[in-house]
Amino acid sequence: MFELIGISPQALFGQLLLGLINGAFYALLSLGLAVIFGMLNIVNFAHGALYMMGAFCAWFLLNYAGIGYWPALILAPIVIGIFGVIIERTMLNRLANLDHLYGLLLTFGVALIVQGIFQNYFGSSGLPYAIPDLLKGGQNLGFMYLPNYRAWVIVFSLAVCLATWFLIEKTKLGAYLRAATENPTLVRAFGINVPLMITLTYGFGVALAALAGVLAAPINQVRPLMGADFIIVVFAVVVIGGMGSIMGSIVTGFTLGLIEGLTKVFYPEASNTVVFVIMAIVLLIKPAGLFGRTA
Amino acid sequence: MKKTFAYAALAATLLSGTAFAQEKTIKIGNLSDQSGLYADATGPGSTVAAKLAVEDSGLLAKGWKIEVIAGDHQNKADIGTNITRQWFDVEKVDLIVDTPNSGVALAVSQVTKEKNKVFLNSGAATSDLTGKACSPNTIHWTYDTFALANGTGKAVVKNGGDSWFFLTADYAFGHALERDTGAVVEANGGKIVGKVRHPINTSDFSSFLLQAQASKAKVIGLANAGGDTTNSIKQAAEFGITSGGQKLAALLLFLTDVHALGLNVAQGLTFTESFYWDMNDGTRAFSDRFSKQMKTGAKPTMVQAGVYSAVRHYLKAAEELGSVADGAKVVAKMKEMPTDDALFGKGSIRADGRKLHPVYLFEVKKPSESKGPWDYYKLMGTISVEDAWRPMDKGDCPLVAKK
Repeated sequence: MFELIGISPQALFGQLLLGLINGAFYALLSLGLAVIFGMLNIVNFAHGALYMMGAFCAWFLLNYAGIGYWPALILAPIVIGIFGVIIERTMLNRLANLDHLYGLLLTFGVALIVQGIFQNYFGSSGLPYAIPDLLKGGQNLGFMYLPNYRAWVIVFSLAVCLATWFLIEKTKLGAYLRAATENPTLVRAFGINVPLMITLTYGFGVALAALAGVLAAPINQVRPLMGADFIIVVFAVVVIGGMGSIMGSIVTGFTLGLIEGLTKVFYPEASNTVVFVIMAIVLLIKPAGLFGRTA
Repeated sequence: MKKTFAYAALAATLLSGTAFAQEKTIKIGNLSDQSGLYADATGPGSTVAAKLAVEDSGLLAKGWKIEVIAGDHQNKADIGTNITRQWFDVEKVDLIVDTPNSGVALAVSQVTKEKNKVFLNSGAATSDLTGKACSPNTIHWTYDTFALANGTGKAVVKNGGDSWFFLTADYAFGHALERDTGAVVEANGGKIVGKVRHPINTSDFSSFLLQAQASKAKVIGLANAGGDTTNSIKQAAEFGITSGGQKLAALLLFLTDVHALGLNVAQGLTFTESFYWDMNDGTRAFSDRFSKQMKTGAKPTMVQAGVYSAVRHYLKAAEELGSVADGAKVVAKMKEMPTDDALFGKGSIRADGRKLHPVYLFEVKKPSESKGPWDYYKLMGTISVEDAWRPMDKGDCPLVAKK
């Protein structure tokens, strides 16, 4: 069978694993988007810029404060999460009762401004961020050489994704959140502080983006446009998975990473369009997305 | 009657006055990638370089009015062509400079010829600009795919790198660089074992690199540029490709790319360029002025230096002619005059539009050899004008067709 498609099984396994690693980033980013859209009904176009800020935050911590990768993995999401909370409190919550489009425009504008500022001061080709010493080197798996850092990315992001899913779908706090989305007035009547919960949810979604940014920093250059290049694919992932579906975005993220990885082997020229082709097909067949509920 | 005549005379003086003023006006457009993957090596820095050239020309003191404007082609040929047309038709731009991205550059060269203006390209690489797509209105200033291939390709094959796998950016530039380098490798006794073409502006190269690794080629030739090259190099190190014995040949590497990579990753890379800021007193003095005007404090790349050099020479021709209205005439004048500036030294421009100067083979320093930021290159060799560029009769340029 492998002879038929002109590629050795070893090479194929290698490419599948690489696809999964890229999928881990898609999953982590689209998860944040899904949480924000599902709970707040905001199409957060600033997600890419916040992801970039996460990476830059790690870079700042290292170069100005001497704080390494491991603390940055916790600190950067907190710092950027607070930035997200400020955006929500000062700007987004004023748009709560308006059409989705206003939130989209606002977050898109925020993204452009943030990216412009970073580009002005750091140029576009970016800054280097080294892989932490503990994860340098790699393992020879027989069919491929797997850098330790990439193995870490896949394990860690899978854990974060599942924890988030558990938090929202299986805990009491998650139940409050989902209830508040369905009927905020009623939930408030039970004495729950809904605006605070919404603000914190936005902050949490933003922190997820920043976390993905820190994870990506040692793999890609820390660049002002690193998120802008990524965010469109991630939106496609969310649409394919079904807007707002938590499990949908995780599964779709990993699956699309795989499909994209395979395209890079069989028809590399199409590797950055394949996701959108799939999106078009899914929208034609199942407009609510693979895991979405039709309203 | 007398009065009418006086008015007519007055009107005539005024008219000739305006006509005169118009002739001494020049508008320079920097059409570039202002924010994308090539922006650091070209873009805003090239505008700074063009402005410095205008300052140094001394023409402002002689009553010339010279303005520099900038536009962002976003690496899209249709946007580049639209801006070009608008600049020539509405904004009355006389000269377009910089323009990285070979696809865009070929399109802009076409429009420039149609409108009889001038295009001094510094940023794009394709040798077709002085080959089958050459034009009487275009000069290709700083480097081209032939010179890169010839410099780096030859040096790598001579050092034992005789089997190649290409990682190629999938558009005009990558294709030209792959073609020219492939020819050099084969002419020197090497062979090409495979290639993979990736879309421009890719962030993850691991899949392509794994294919290169599986090919067992001794050398992986990176026929890409800017952010694509830095990501390829960084991820090749991560996947143990370089430590596994395969060598990377970065066919086009800019100073800003090395800065972005850091010396730890970039050290030991061999590549070809026609300018480095730390060559002599002239280049250092210019580079100091340049980096003071950059928010990032960057030193100039060869493309930005080329923009300076090209604008200087253009303004010399403009002063000789007294007018830049006829683009082809200005370019002809520029080809007639020998070039001379602090950055590239003495040189000339060939009939097919190729600017001639020596090119250099550099190696990236080890971190221990570098004195600080921007001290990155070691000079490994100089390739003379005769050896560096494609011979004029090999380029199929219709302007110099064999009789």
